[in-house]
Amino acid sequence: MDFYDVPSPATPDVTEPDAGPARPHLVVVGNGMAGCRTVEEVLSRDAGRYRVTIVGAEPHVNYNRIMLSPVLAGEKSFDEIVINGHDWYADNGIDLIAGDPVVAIDRAAKTVTSKAGRTVRYDKLLIATGSDPFIIPVPGHDLPGVISFRDMADVDTMLAAAAEGGDAVVIGGGLLGLEAAHGLTLRGMTVTVLHLMPTLMERQLDEAAGWLLKTALEGRGQTVLTGADTAEIYGRGRVEGVRLKDGRDIPARLVVMAVGIRPSVALARDAGLAVGRGIQVDDHMVTSDPDVLAVGECVEHDGQVYGLVAPLWEMCRALADGLVGRPSGYRGSVTSTKLKVAGLDVFSAGDFSGGEGCEDIVLRDGARGIYKRVVLRDDRVVGAVLYGDTTDGGWYFDLLKKSEDVTDIRDVLIYGQAFASGGGRGDPKAAVAALSDDAEICGCNGVSKRQVVACIDGGSTTLDAVRATCKASASCGSCTGLVETLLALTLGDEYAGERATKTVCGCTSFTHDDVRREIIAQGLKSIPEVMQKLHWTTPDGCSSCRPALNYYLLCVWPGEYQDDQQSRFVNERLHANIQKDGTYSVVPRMWGGITSPKELRAIADVVERYNAPMVKVTGGQRLDIFGIRKEDLPAVWADLNAAGMVSGHAYGKALRTVKTCVGSEWCRFGTQDSTGLGVRLERMSWGSWMPHKFKIAVSGCPRNCAEATIKDFGVVCVDSGYELHVGGNGGTKVRATDLLCKVATEQEALDYCAAFIQLYREEARYLERTAPWIERVGLAYVKARIVDDEEGRRALAARFLFSQSFSQGDPWAERAAGRNREHHAPMARFIPQEEMA
Amino acid sequence: MIGDWLDIGWLDEIPLRGSRTIEVEGGDDVAVFRTGDNRVFALADRCPHKHGRLSQGIVHGNAVACPLHNWKIALATGEAQGADTGCTPVVPAKVSGGRVLICRASTLKAAA
Repeated sequence: MDFYDVPSPATPDVTEPDAGPARPHLVVVGNGMAGCRTVEEVLSRDAGRYRVTIVGAEPHVNYNRIMLSPVLAGEKSFDEIVINGHDWYADNGIDLIAGDPVVAIDRAAKTVTSKAGRTVRYDKLLIATGSDPFIIPVPGHDLPGVISFRDMADVDTMLAAAAEGGDAVVIGGGLLGLEAAHGLTLRGMTVTVLHLMPTLMERQLDEAAGWLLKTALEGRGQTVLTGADTAEIYGRGRVEGVRLKDGRDIPARLVVMAVGIRPSVALARDAGLAVGRGIQVDDHMVTSDPDVLAVGECVEHDGQVYGLVAPLWEMCRALADGLVGRPSGYRGSVTSTKLKVAGLDVFSAGDFSGGEGCEDIVLRDGARGIYKRVVLRDDRVVGAVLYGDTTDGGWYFDLLKKSEDVTDIRDVLIYGQAFASGGGRGDPKAAVAALSDDAEICGCNGVSKRQVVACIDGGSTTLDAVRATCKASASCGSCTGLVETLLALTLGDEYAGERATKTVCGCTSFTHDDVRREIIAQGLKSIPEVMQKLHWTTPDGCSSCRPALNYYLLCVWPGEYQDDQQSRFVNERLHANIQKDGTYSVVPRMWGGITSPKELRAIADVVERYNAPMVKVTGGQRLDIFGIRKEDLPAVWADLNAAGMVSGHAYGKALRTVKTCVGSEWCRFGTQDSTGLGVRLERMSWGSWMPHKFKIAVSGCPRNCAEATIKDFGVVCVDSGYELHVGGNGGTKVRATDLLCKVATEQEALDYCAAFIQLYREEARYLERTAPWIERVGLAYVKARIVDDEEGRRALAARFLFSQSFSQGDPWAERAAGRNREHHAPMARFIPQEEMA
Repeated sequence: MIGDWLDIGWLDEIPLRGSRTIEVEGGDDVAVFRTGDNRVFALADRCPHKHGRLSQGIVHGNAVACPLHNWKIALATGEAQGADTGCTPVVPAKVSGGRVLICRASTLKAAA
């Protein structure tokens, strides 16, 4: 390595009239942050060492690109973001060629040539060209009015557009995009952000923090569309709008594309330098040519490309050390991002993606909009994500970089440096004990520690009692832990702890009933929102809580909640029953157990066409086709659909089957049209999702051939009308039904059934069948709601039918038409080839 | 020349908190998982317990719950978590330029 040897004296070059002492000539391509910083670093080490020329594409002096956002937002002027004014160049004898980009490097002659034709000879060349905005090559990307957000010229274009108002679209929900959106919103434009990924800033923030950010931005009037894939930008002569691949159309007179940046490597590549993702450099920022160096966003070091400012500064220092003959070497950077996005504080550092051996410590405070997550591995901090309160970002980053063992402060780590190093060190209980009497415990209800303790001393010895009397932790619940600690401190051994009822799972301290109540009370509408507001302790739940939350949200917000397929068990995701060998069984619906030659033929054809090894009559009066491959399911469904059959939901926590006997139409004992009622009940209730599976049967007389008294809802027809039975169950623990009531007409039987189903849907816990539910709440309660309260019954039935208006699309038909194709097809096929010697 | 890594497709083709399978001719499938925070893992698509298809399970955190008996399998090591014991073969996987790559040799081994 010889690059820090002093080069031989330069020969006078074409543009430099000042001969001066024979110093080597350092030419910097790029008048941006990295290039100028390197020059500053060199000057501070050895001011007389090099003659310096800087060539920049922009017609400006060196300014702080990071501060373009405040300029757009109107918080700063251009003059305020200049780093080095003309004086700096003059005082240090630096020649600045601005507004004239370098277009070619001749390494043999050691010269660079600018667009205007200037040729400059160098001894050492520094490439600091930064990065180029990435433009998605959709149709219309080159229309006037479509810009990126990279330099002062872009800001000028945005300011001009904003002066006229109207609609703007920002493509890209990363930092730059959100800054552009924020600035344009402040300047009075109506802004829509389109982001391809499911959550904003997914590279810096985890899902929970991304969701909080989205909610906050929407609160400021921006429209944020995630999962939005741009199909085209359209307009005659200039941009008029953006069309998405799902057909949505968003008008815009300005489109800012901020989907990412790419290292600017064209110049280096043309010059024959080694280029990967960026210009490849060694630890001293030397490229494959010992006289050519590179620094900043345009370089690739040890396989890494950096887009943040801190690593650039570290590179500049290593580069300057090498240039003055005191090489230190750059070893790569651990990065942290502390940002204010649209005035909102976010921070992330290190590896927050988790992984093997990683443990998460999560704190969520819904009322204050705060989320903190610290990731540990081997008792050391390896990553952190903070939202809303970034005060401790620096401290976590410091722990991370020093790789300090945090075992001793682990249980208070998440509360921050002040807490961890203060009186509460190592014992959260002591910290609560140390709080002053005036300290606020419950922010929602303004309850102090003194009031909570007085309440406990006054006889409120459980959490519920405290909530009922002084209201502490009765609202958002985020101070529940504090109140429980106060109970323990005040009562000592007398306090047995809480929660006789079980929590949903280990991810939360809330029970099923708590969660359902809060979903309604707080208007929570998505799984991440529930997890945030209810202080989930894991980033994305588990296989117990996710299906439960998905059901609760679906039940509370019919037609509005977007079902999360990844939070469903496999059978409900694939609309078929998985078998032990990984194949599936398929049960088409047979309304009331009635079938036809056409249906039977279609089933027979499917069995033969897909080589199903077995067809079986089920206990619910239907046919079950076994041994269907996951890949064949859509084709099987298409065939069954063609014969008029739909999904039987034999796989779901849903209405399964309605079993009937033949009734008065054929049977000599039959009293009513039991098959007809069965079909009508099934038509009304099919497709509904429930806490657990739900079976119905209708028998035409008290001989009860349809076994209606071990069903969730059973009808036994009698001469004078219909007996309605509820809460029966076959299975491991057989339970016969309870008689709910008797009604006179078929319509009443239907109405009571709808009301009963809805009460079960709204109040039973997920995976609780009707039998244990009724034993828990009591038959008297169910009777009071369904039989005695006529108005309530009508309301329940109406809610059920409203919900059904959204749930009776056949999932098989949707899949057969191509929806969620990815659930069925393999991603790729691999055919191993013969190994060659 | 046969490379060390198999390019199996775009990251976006795997649902977030989901899985896709790779068919290996003459062997078992390989399941490729994408976690909620966009990490990618691959395992032989069979649970060490009763050979359930792990690709059909619920992905949460850094684990997948087998669809047959709800065993939780760590994605990075293939090991059953909690009280259960057993291990399924791991196939090294990585993302490069938005493409998902899995180790060729391990794929052959896992599928065998």
